[in-house]
Amino acid sequence: MKKVQNSETRHLDSTILRTATNYLLPLIIMFSIFVLLRGHYLSGGGFVGGLIASIAFVLHSYAYSPKETLALFRFSPLRLIPTGLSLSILSALLPILLGLPIMTGVWFAEDVVVIGSVGSALFFDIGVYFVVIGVVLTILFTIAENV
Amino acid sequence: MLLLIVFVFVFAFLTLLLGKFVHSKFFKFISIVPFLLFLFFTSFIPLLKDGTKNIFYRTEWMPSIGVSLDFKLDGLSLLFSLMITGIGTLIYIYTSSYLRGHPYLNRFYTYLGLFMGAMLGLVLSDNIITLFIFWELTSVTSYFLIGFNNEDESARKSALWAFSITGLGGFFLLASLVVIGSITGETSIHEILSHSNSIQGHEAFGLILVFFLLGAFTKSAQFPFHFWLPGAMKAPTPVSAYLHSATMVKAGIYLLARFTPILNDGDLWSKSLLLVGGVTMVYGAFHCVFRKDLKGILAYSTISALGMLVFLLGIGTELAIYASSVFIVVHALYKASLFLITGAIDHAVHNRDITILSGFGEKMPILATAGFISALSCAGIPLTFGFIGKELIYESTLEGGVTYLAIGLTVIAVVTNIFLTCSGLLAGIKPFIGELPKKFSKVGKLELGIALPPFILAVLSLVFGVFPNWINQGIINSVTRSIYGDFINLDLKIWHGVTTALLLSGLTILLGVAVYFIVRQSHNSMRFIERFEVFAPQHMIEKLIEKIRVFAYRYTGLTQNSYLRIYLIVIVLFFIGLVGYKLFADVPLQVNTEDLSAFRSYELIVFIITVIAILFTISTSSRLTAIASIGVVGYCICLIFVFYGAPDLAMTQFAIDTLTVVLFVLVLFKLPSFLKLSNRRIQARDAIVSIAFGTLISLITLQALVSPADKEISRFYAENAYTLAKGKNVVNVILVDFRGFDTLIETMVLSIAALGVFSLLKYNTKDEESSE
Repeated sequence: MKKVQNSETRHLDSTILRTATNYLLPLIIMFSIFVLLRGHYLSGGGFVGGLIASIAFVLHSYAYSPKETLALFRFSPLRLIPTGLSLSILSALLPILLGLPIMTGVWFAEDVVVIGSVGSALFFDIGVYFVVIGVVLTILFTIAENV
Repeated sequence: MLLLIVFVFVFAFLTLLLGKFVHSKFFKFISIVPFLLFLFFTSFIPLLKDGTKNIFYRTEWMPSIGVSLDFKLDGLSLLFSLMITGIGTLIYIYTSSYLRGHPYLNRFYTYLGLFMGAMLGLVLSDNIITLFIFWELTSVTSYFLIGFNNEDESARKSALWAFSITGLGGFFLLASLVVIGSITGETSIHEILSHSNSIQGHEAFGLILVFFLLGAFTKSAQFPFHFWLPGAMKAPTPVSAYLHSATMVKAGIYLLARFTPILNDGDLWSKSLLLVGGVTMVYGAFHCVFRKDLKGILAYSTISALGMLVFLLGIGTELAIYASSVFIVVHALYKASLFLITGAIDHAVHNRDITILSGFGEKMPILATAGFISALSCAGIPLTFGFIGKELIYESTLEGGVTYLAIGLTVIAVVTNIFLTCSGLLAGIKPFIGELPKKFSKVGKLELGIALPPFILAVLSLVFGVFPNWINQGIINSVTRSIYGDFINLDLKIWHGVTTALLLSGLTILLGVAVYFIVRQSHNSMRFIERFEVFAPQHMIEKLIEKIRVFAYRYTGLTQNSYLRIYLIVIVLFFIGLVGYKLFADVPLQVNTEDLSAFRSYELIVFIITVIAILFTISTSSRLTAIASIGVVGYCICLIFVFYGAPDLAMTQFAIDTLTVVLFVLVLFKLPSFLKLSNRRIQARDAIVSIAFGTLISLITLQALVSPADKEISRFYAENAYTLAKGKNVVNVILVDFRGFDTLIETMVLSIAALGVFSLLKYNTKDEESSE
């Protein structure tokens, strides 16, 4: 992780921060997923979860650089937006297949361990989660690149 | 029938996919699709030819508001369907040669297919709302067709003109259709037919009629809305041929014909149609003979012919309607043919100047034959279909006996036809006779795909002219019945004996030929005729648009001068003005202190921190400090949320605040060092605005506490969150379930914002790169 130092480097150049980030990134993302999944029962949800996950990446881009954070993705975060949107829309349309009005919550009969009952609302929330990450990272990286 | 129209649309989109995989010479094979449609419609001729039967197809769509996909096939719609698919087939074949190798040929076919679907939907619809939807679709799809050469600025401009004019007419049409629907309580056209008395007796009938006619006239390029049609000549020639012979502009005629039994009150209707149609036909005819661009000649003669059709519908007698049905076919055949011929010449020598083109007869025998026949049909020489059409026109204008009106009508019909005759000769014969200019001597033979379609159309003009009863028994009678209502049985004859009409026909031809030899098209004649354009509304509308642009420029400069502070001040001041006025004018101000909870010590601490942070923000001279202080303010608000039991809000606010600060910091590094730009005065102004705003918001909050809120909704959510949505966190259940649609749309808004930032900044960089 050697980086050329010059006056243009704008990240906070600290070894401690970098090392910490290496551990914090997965932890924060796991936390964001936790927040996402518990949303239906306790405080949390897709929106906050997505924001927390993006903060994890922002932290990473501070410790390293936006370019290196972007390298963590195999695809542009921009693509998360259509992915998330389609997921949300599909989960909203799913009830139609079952002959119910659009956006009716449909649920699996059996509860899943840890998560609790799984239904279309959860997938909807996951869609929101992706959209939020995509939006925040896109805006952030675009600004970081261009300003 | 619904399936058929859906199929046309699907087919149109499928051709788009062909583009990359299929060589353009194979595109002619997809002409089989419109041809099959044509055969399909042909099969209805025996069923419908006596005109007593209509075929209905019904599909419910939105029954609650009376919109259904009802389709009706009667004589009128069958005739139009046949023209749309029949001429469509020829256009498909022609285009595959005309635009061979064009990189966007697949797009062209897609637009063409979509347009065909929209036209078919329009002429088959039996529901006024569906009719309107297809009507608008024809405007939209024709926009793509006219602007097909989208790299050419003038093509884009004319496409926009055509779209704006027909779109504007569409609004009026919608208004009148809605009123008709609300008066009768019906949306189906054949039901409305039986209510025609109640519409004509209604006090708003004048308004309905005016709006309706505005819709039809804009589409049919009637004076003073005609100017979009010559502009639309920027389109590739197959488009002009298709749009202006049988489809787009005839849609307005179709609409008038379709609603004749409903709206024809014998007075207002005929007067306006006669007036507008009469002016248009003379205006267009007069204009066409002075042009030197072949397409210009055809454009104005089309306007004139459309005026003639409106005029005939305005006369409204049995015979006149019969004549208009015949003339629709006559005009479609010869005009499509002449357009295609023009396109063929243009394709071969890239020239459309009538003063230069001559002598192509030897090189292009098939095309020349087609041109001769079409020109003769246009001029109304016996044994062509045009002759029969013209005889009928004169017969219907003469029908009134020897009255001023009848004589007046006949005179303008004759004048128009003289010029039309001349225009036909110009477009169909002149390019083929005389001597071939040297520079064109290398012109090769034409492809069959280009020469054949106009030839087929010309042959049809001849066949119907010699055997008029075929088409008469087949469809014209049935069309007339659809428009006129009553059963009629008129005969088309080649020879009527020596009548006034025949004499007038002879006179027309003679004078037409005379005009042909007298008027020399040149630059001067063009200039002569263009002087009349000053009176054209296009001129005025262009001026108006310019004025609007200037106004918008000044207004934007005043309120949105790209200083963020000005934007904010404008927004905040506007809000203060609007809300403050409402608050002080209408709401009895009162503060209820009783229900407020007691002040807790830690709240006081948070409050003090907030105030200190705010003071820091506005007094510091370091950006970083300012931003960090704003972050502190945000976190304090989070704390307040926590104190008052809104953990979800607090979490979100916390995350958002963090991100905002981060975003600022990212931008910060690039900014120049802090400058003190504002003086005391500006600071005072800002202070006043912000204090006023803060006070206003506080007042509103306090008022909101006083006014009794409806707790019903929140109770419903709280009670049903678990039973209905299996969730315990009410906030989240509202977000993803009860108000899921809101969330979905909000995520879309977010995505659009992100795309906006992305494209704005990316675009900017590209721009800089290219300028470097």
